[in-house]
Amino acid sequence: MNARERIARRAAGYFSDGDVINLGIGIPSLCSDYAPPGVMFHTENGLVGMGPLVEGVLAVEGFSNATALRFAPVPGASAFDSAESFALVRSGKLAATVLGGLQVAENGDLANWAQPGRIFGMGGAMDLVSGARKVIVTMELCTKDGKPKVVNTCSYPLTGQRCVDHIVTEQCVIDVTPDGLVLAELLDGLTPQDIQRQVEPTLIVLAPPKLMPA
Amino acid sequence: MNKFALPEEIIALFHDGQTLMCGGFANHGVPNRLIDCVIASGARHLTLISNDSGDADLTIGRLIHHGLVDKLIASHIGRNTETVALVAEAKIELELVPQGSLAERMRCGGSGLGGVLTRTGLGTLVDKDKPHMVVNGEEWLLETPLRADIGLVRARTADPLGNLTYRGTMRNFNPLVAKAARLTLVDADRLVDVDELALDSIVTPGVYVDKILVRQGELR
Repeated sequence: MNARERIARRAAGYFSDGDVINLGIGIPSLCSDYAPPGVMFHTENGLVGMGPLVEGVLAVEGFSNATALRFAPVPGASAFDSAESFALVRSGKLAATVLGGLQVAENGDLANWAQPGRIFGMGGAMDLVSGARKVIVTMELCTKDGKPKVVNTCSYPLTGQRCVDHIVTEQCVIDVTPDGLVLAELLDGLTPQDIQRQVEPTLIVLAPPKLMPA
Repeated sequence: MNKFALPEEIIALFHDGQTLMCGGFANHGVPNRLIDCVIASGARHLTLISNDSGDADLTIGRLIHHGLVDKLIASHIGRNTETVALVAEAKIELELVPQGSLAERMRCGGSGLGGVLTRTGLGTLVDKDKPHMVVNGEEWLLETPLRADIGLVRARTADPLGNLTYRGTMRNFNPLVAKAARLTLVDADRLVDVDELALDSIVTPGVYVDKILVRQGELR
């Protein structure tokens, strides 16, 4: 299992039977492979009950996800317009949203939609993080050039204020709490100091953190 | 009286400077035959309200490619490299709106409402210059209604009165567009007789629809 799959499997550990979940693109989209039975997936272009991606005769324009990939709906799926799609998000019917992150701040602020010179639009991300009952950010702990993504204050434009609940990375799980960032789970072989060196805010360390499944 | 209209009648409706609202999401559920009509009309300096602008020179993106759009109101443009470049060069004015707020602004415009209060976007770039209100002790952002001169709608089926059904995720913003435009045009995959649609399956009542595009020789 590679790092991306490990992150996705751990994030799916937050899902329960009966939950309706929205998955973002990238690592979050892998979570469906590890979801428990009875979870249904929401796609913001207007459907609950998104099933596996399909090709060939089953791949039709009428069933496509937010990145235009075609899927088969599961039995019990329902379709609706975009206003209904976000009504269910804002009203707390969405158990969780899993999305990628560019930066997460100590207070739970999330920046994930724009970087300097790259403003493509927030799509549904701002609605999802302000409405979902649980906001799970899946990302690598640092950028490709080794800079921290868990920061004191986000420097990129915000997606939402104080919205993140859990940060799931390839090395650890960090919970956002009113007291600060708690190092909740740690990959076998790493120490809390290893993680602390890669993040800006001071982590609260449970003694000892739980083992993150490898 | 049926609402069927031939392409030449539809093409004559588009003029410079109009605001168009268009259904569709990431190239799916887009009223492509109506987009052909906009291009054929030669209308320019348009304001386009749509979730996204498709891909470069595909679906809604064809309006961008042909240089017809001066202003775009959308939630996402990242799929369309031409839009991204034109916005960067300030050749297109862009207003980004969170997707759920965009849907609600269209719903308000099509429902005779003066706006909607939402928490989406509080404390972000999108709450700049918008009124904040405190209701029952909670802070909200006021999002105002969106309307358009002409709405472009993709439907699965249409009857002669304009009753519409949709298919899966091709529905997306289309029923909202149908309500929020002063003149609503429909590109339907199938035309059926009056009373052929089960009335409980109708999503957009015909009262919202003005004209349905048909080809010469198609059901009239």
